[in-house]
Amino acid sequence: MKMKKVIATAMVGFMAMGMLAGCGGGGAKDDAATAIKVGGTGPLTGGAAIYGLAVQRGAEIAVEEVNALGGVQFEFKMEDDAHDAEKAVNAYNALKDWGMQISLGSVTSTPGTATAAENDNDRIFALTPSASATTVTEGHDNVFQMCFADPNQGSASAQYIADQQLATKVGVIYKNDDVYSSGIYETFATRANELGLNIVSTTTFTTDSQNDFTVQLQDAKNAGADLLFLPMYYDAASLILSQANDMGYAPKFFGVDGMDGILTMEGFNAELAEGVMLLTPFSADADDERTKAFVAKYQELHGEVPNQFAADAYDCIYALYQACENAGATADMTAEELNDLMMKEFTSMTFDGLTGTGATWTAEGQVNKAPKGMVIQNGVYVGM
Amino acid sequence: MNYLKNMNKTTRSNMVTYLMVIVAFVIVQGMIATGSISSSLKGQLVPICAYVVMAISLNLTVGILGELSLGHAGFMSAGAFSGVVAAQCFSQNIDNPVIVLILAMIVGGIVAAIVGVLVGVPVLRLSGDYLAIVTLAFGEIIKGIVMNLYVGLDAAGLHFCMIKNTLEMDGGKMLINGPMGLIGVPRIATFVMGFVLVMVCLFVIFNLVNSKSGRAIMALRDNKIAAQSVGINVTSYKLMAFVISAAMAGMAGVLFATNFSTVVASKFDINTSILVLVFVVLGGLGSMRGSIIAATVLTVLPEMLREFSEYRMLVYAIVLIVMMIATNNATVKNALDGFARKFSFKKKSEKGENANG
Amino acid sequence: MEFLFNLISGISLGSIYAIIALGYTMVYGIAKMLNFAHGDVIMVGAYICFFATTRYGLNPLLGVLLSMVVCTMLGIIIERLAYKPLRQAPALAVLITAIGMSYFLQNSAQLLWSSSPKVFQSVVGKGSIKLFDGALSISFVTVVTILVCVIIMIALVTFVNKTRIGKSMRAVSEDKGAAQLMGINVNSTISLTFAIGSALAAIAGVLLCSAYPNLVPTTGAMPGIKAFTAAVFGGIGSIPGALIGGILLGIIEIFAKAYISTQLSDAIVFAVLIVVLLVKPTGLLGKKVSEKV
Repeated sequence: MKMKKVIATAMVGFMAMGMLAGCGGGGAKDDAATAIKVGGTGPLTGGAAIYGLAVQRGAEIAVEEVNALGGVQFEFKMEDDAHDAEKAVNAYNALKDWGMQISLGSVTSTPGTATAAENDNDRIFALTPSASATTVTEGHDNVFQMCFADPNQGSASAQYIADQQLATKVGVIYKNDDVYSSGIYETFATRANELGLNIVSTTTFTTDSQNDFTVQLQDAKNAGADLLFLPMYYDAASLILSQANDMGYAPKFFGVDGMDGILTMEGFNAELAEGVMLLTPFSADADDERTKAFVAKYQELHGEVPNQFAADAYDCIYALYQACENAGATADMTAEELNDLMMKEFTSMTFDGLTGTGATWTAEGQVNKAPKGMVIQNGVYVGM
Repeated sequence: MNYLKNMNKTTRSNMVTYLMVIVAFVIVQGMIATGSISSSLKGQLVPICAYVVMAISLNLTVGILGELSLGHAGFMSAGAFSGVVAAQCFSQNIDNPVIVLILAMIVGGIVAAIVGVLVGVPVLRLSGDYLAIVTLAFGEIIKGIVMNLYVGLDAAGLHFCMIKNTLEMDGGKMLINGPMGLIGVPRIATFVMGFVLVMVCLFVIFNLVNSKSGRAIMALRDNKIAAQSVGINVTSYKLMAFVISAAMAGMAGVLFATNFSTVVASKFDINTSILVLVFVVLGGLGSMRGSIIAATVLTVLPEMLREFSEYRMLVYAIVLIVMMIATNNATVKNALDGFARKFSFKKKSEKGENANG
Repeated sequence: MEFLFNLISGISLGSIYAIIALGYTMVYGIAKMLNFAHGDVIMVGAYICFFATTRYGLNPLLGVLLSMVVCTMLGIIIERLAYKPLRQAPALAVLITAIGMSYFLQNSAQLLWSSSPKVFQSVVGKGSIKLFDGALSISFVTVVTILVCVIIMIALVTFVNKTRIGKSMRAVSEDKGAAQLMGINVNSTISLTFAIGSALAAIAGVLLCSAYPNLVPTTGAMPGIKAFTAAVFGGIGSIPGALIGGILLGIIEIFAKAYISTQLSDAIVFAVLIVVLLVKPTGLLGKKVSEKV
């Protein structure tokens, strides 16, 4: 029993230490600030870590480049939110203690919705690279997106399939416990209905059952779907492709931006992805100079091909740089002053990045840029 | 005479626990007033309160009743989702956020208690690891149902549907949008309300433990057959503890949910249940004070480890393992006990110290 | 025909659960602890095999052997460092330590091997047995998994029932104290159990990823929990029970998806589990332990 006491005392001491340690921050601003502090939260650990790490790495590369250009200087910090709303708010607060002046919001949608409310409360401008749900920007005038909002992707996909007359019968498999996937599905289904596309099979899966897709594929096959719409990330899609192949079921596959990355999975048999179509703003195989340079640098630093998350984050930093330069923002401004400047800039400027040229933003914070229709041929993306 | 002395010791121990919570509350309030609190800690105050309530309520099931539950987050989920829907309805007519929150907590607590009865009646016939797996299963079922639930509110009232969003509403807003969870939650939870909830739950548990029912429950834990032989009704006492625990988890869920603008069903999965179990085991089975401290420390700890950046969760895992070994290994324990003797603390009487799992 | 197709899918999925459940149930049966880190040892096993075969071009069979050796060593180290100091501690303390170990392994894997998914090359070889003119097909992985399951099951049952060490394992499982009095080294018996369990985990990891070739640091977590459910379903501690429980769980999961709802399939699986446990509180093949008065 004495033992308990010791442990309890030790813990109380520990806790007290924690509180004291936490006291330092207090949002005090460094007077001699030379760089604008940009912070973002994202999953750096856990199952979604790949997206958070990609954003962190993409943004770091961009910050280094931008700082070398002269003009406005950035200091970038990413905190882990483990793809969880509660931890994202914690991470956001930790960044506030660090002195964050501009925010990159969160990488994923559910945490993004939670931190967007904080951004709005605190009047800290946010430009999220990849949190694509509408709930992220809805009702928040100072939260902007670099990626397409989910409904845009859903309706654009339906539009594309209808316009190109790719299919008469469409099957959909989506991830039921994922905000991104179910968000795209909902608008896809609505738009498809309006356009007279015939959705013959709709099935779902969850993180817990992300291994076996035979039932879903069988359902689509029996319903005679000649096109399968897969609004999901490439990890699950790769399993679907391989299991469909095993079953001898070969419809057209149509993906969204989450599908990007499938070709660069280590050990993936690119033949399986032959003929897969996807709407994506970014492809690592593009042959413009900027993309090439970015991909080369990313590969050199991290030994992997960057996915669209990294490219979105890279664009975020450049967009912020452009906005800050235009508005004459300086590092000694408060977050609120920067917030007002950024809101004005982002609703009026046009931005050219890796993920699309001529991008503009609506007052609601959603981006307008053209998604590129891509088809995979001989293991590379080809524009459709 | 002996009995009275024991009683006093227990009361004294309980008072220390109350006092500890109050002192912590006063210190934090002082820090808020003087502005010396970091944003990071400030943002965690309400979640800490919610986790503390989760921990002491689970301790009632695991420590006092002696049954392992791996589905405690399920009750939190039931409370959170029903409570927020209730809060949205009430806030149309009531302006005072405190009253709305209290009403929402009552609704959340009642719904969680009903779920607790539904789960408890069949489940409590089992014991040990089988009970653990069935509670885990119930937690997953609750998650699965909530994930497919659509609830909307318009002028005509509440609309419900399952699996597919087929709600026909004129205007109004979605409250629970299937897998996207709760959207636009009114953020009415405050640290003061969290503190009040912790105190209320502590009060209920301490009084329960020291009552006739509480002694019956602990008798069941220590020796079920002996307890049965003296006429203690196994099912009703087990159910009582289980349902009270569920109701408190439901209220904690409401507090937790109303602190964030969005909550998804998958937040309340087995990992959250296990997290709360870690608080309870680390704090000591049956020791409410231990649960409170462990819940607070382990909630703050990952935030303090942010300096380790990508090694953060690795360090957290190591700390967890080391703490478990330090508190449970005989050799380490003896060494620490010897160390403790030097300070000659008075022996505390803590109920259920040597509870079995 | 559709029914048969679903049945085969169910058996394929179930055979994977079964092979993981065997390791779970083995450790639980002897050491009486829920080793929540088992799923993560599986993940490590799969990674080792992936690197051996895909990166360094080793023969698949050698890759499996190497992964078994590494996992066995890992199992022994984990046991020595984390579980052995808690031999006298309450069961719950060990459970929490196992959870801590699970976090540790997942995060180490992420730091060492990055979180980007790898595509595992099946060690069994692609292809399937075609029935009814190709209308039905059973993949080689499934056939191999079921064969391996049965072989392991028979080997384990024989080992536990017929050998001297097996006997001491059963003794430890019945009553640690009495076993010690009989001159059995309880500590080394439990360590050995862990070593065997971890070697089984390596095989399970390789087969899991051969069937579902997506390899990430969290690969083992969910199949681990499902397999634990399967082990309880069949009667935890019972070796044949793990096999039956695993395959039944797979079939139920697929049937729930195919005939009821893909959205609610997980909830349905767990509901069936609850019903089974309420009717038969110790699982399908579990032994009824009479209460001591």
